[in-house]
Amino acid sequence: MNLEEYKGVYVFAQQVDNEISSIAFELLGKAKDLAKDLSTDVTAVLLGSGVKDLADKLAEYGADKVIVVDDPELKVYRTEPYAHALSSVINKYKPEIVLVGATAIGRDLGPRVSARVATGLTADCTVLEIGDFPLQAIPGQEQKHNQLLMTRPAFGGNTIATIACPDNRPQMATVRAGVMQKIEPIKGAKAVVEEYNPGFTPDNKYVEILDVVKAVTDTVDIMDAKILVSGGRGVGSPENFKILEDLAEVLGGTVSCSRAVVDSGWKPKDLQVGQTGKTVRPNVYFAIGISGAIQHVAGMEESDIIIAINKDADAPIFDVADYGIVGDLNKIVPKLTESLKAEIAAK
Amino acid sequence: MKIVVCIKQVPDTKGGVKFNPDGTLDRGAMLAIMNPDDKAGLEAALRLKDEYGAEVTVVTMGLPKAEEVLREAMAMGADKGILVTDRVLGGADTWATSTTIAGALRNLEYDLIITGRQAIDGDTAQVGPQISEHLDIPVISYAQNIKIEGDSVIVERQYEDRYHVVKAKMPCLVTALSELNEPRYMTPGGIFDAYQKEITVWGRADLKDVDDSNLGLKGSPTKIAKASDKVRKGAGEKVALDPDESVSYIVDKLKVKHVI
Repeated sequence: MNLEEYKGVYVFAQQVDNEISSIAFELLGKAKDLAKDLSTDVTAVLLGSGVKDLADKLAEYGADKVIVVDDPELKVYRTEPYAHALSSVINKYKPEIVLVGATAIGRDLGPRVSARVATGLTADCTVLEIGDFPLQAIPGQEQKHNQLLMTRPAFGGNTIATIACPDNRPQMATVRAGVMQKIEPIKGAKAVVEEYNPGFTPDNKYVEILDVVKAVTDTVDIMDAKILVSGGRGVGSPENFKILEDLAEVLGGTVSCSRAVVDSGWKPKDLQVGQTGKTVRPNVYFAIGISGAIQHVAGMEESDIIIAINKDADAPIFDVADYGIVGDLNKIVPKLTESLKAEIAAK
Repeated sequence: MKIVVCIKQVPDTKGGVKFNPDGTLDRGAMLAIMNPDDKAGLEAALRLKDEYGAEVTVVTMGLPKAEEVLREAMAMGADKGILVTDRVLGGADTWATSTTIAGALRNLEYDLIITGRQAIDGDTAQVGPQISEHLDIPVISYAQNIKIEGDSVIVERQYEDRYHVVKAKMPCLVTALSELNEPRYMTPGGIFDAYQKEITVWGRADLKDVDDSNLGLKGSPTKIAKASDKVRKGAGEKVALDPDESVSYIVDKLKVKHVI
């Protein structure tokens, strides 16, 4: 493998129902930083059916070039045709770096593609930077420059590791949603659009989709919320979430929850914050009746301000909270809502 | 029908996380358990066995101690256990691990391979899909329900905001979510039987169509540059006030931070 042949930072621009997923814009934001350090450009890979019109949107968020594979076989996500498309793009264009969102699609597509093109894949990265491998020069071992250094949590968020892929290309990473920053869109930006079709021949690996069942939800995506009022088992009952909803409404925020709440069937999974839920970084995160298991903390500790209310003074949530209140949420939260209502009305 | 379930022995990170005095993870003090997603995969296989009749083989790769999870699986109802262990396999990343397991599975007949979605130590969710690629069979990840219909498997495949009902011809690989089911307990008779049964041990020489350059630490494309225990942001203020004071305290902080 001639590593020098591999150039450019590529982003898998995930779309669902012909709408680009937020993670694609986040990856483009990060890809721009990496491309700058490497003096190269950013390419978005857009796979789907009837998706060519979406290329301009990718340009606005930082793509210099968009490779479009447009084929009816790519209408709805299936592992095989998508893996075939992305691997074919990699084999043809030889990117140096390929970033994929660590979504339910990306965490299926990424491994399949990495195995097909025979390279390494680092999962669920939270930090990406360009640097040397090994980090410090070791006598008798070549130190490679301009490597992608991929940092990720492991052991349920207890440890972090920085990984490199020095001898194979492309360097591939899946990246957690909600961690990288999108750029302010550049209105009217255009990218070079190139259409490519590797040809699709259905075989036993092309599975059949019998039905698509969408969860009925009228809530905002908690990853986009500026203020989250999050409840745990301590809230006591699904009905009692009403007091959290009232608080969220006053502040223009959204209600989210811990895994215990989802497991009890009180709230749907798309409101779950944490290792097996979503990673959020709102301006303010209220942790109400949440003990703060490490898996939960992993999904919210990057929030700007964390306010915790819990009657257990020893709850681990207080170890990450900026402001911790030991007390009864049933007494505090309704009063807080009333007080904030008055404050806001007075303005 | 022949079902192979891939399982892994992992340190229990849920609740039982232990630290050394210097703040590093004390793995020796943590319980070694069968990875929860894998256990759900095993339970799914055993339910298919109960319903349709099947031979269930469990395979694990690890240190000789990993035999424990094979015994547990057999006590739950698995028919055969295979331990893949060899010093040359140590330090493998997901690429080298999936290459190794695929090399072992090539010796077996299977209609369905079930793996857990991800292990709680690495959390990568890569090994299942990568095994399917090495074996050139379809994969359905994130299964929340598994059924058999003739020569096909029908799976509810979970996404963030929806699920797909997916049909694939067997042989096929499915990765299981722990939400899939509530795994059964071992039975006393099962435990007794499990210790009577032989466990097959395979080493490097038993792996089929695998190149040495793809195994162990040396065969791993990804290399660890640095590993450390996570430095968490320190605790802020903690107060215990009566409800009215608590409310003024929070309102003041929100004002200082220009939230309101």
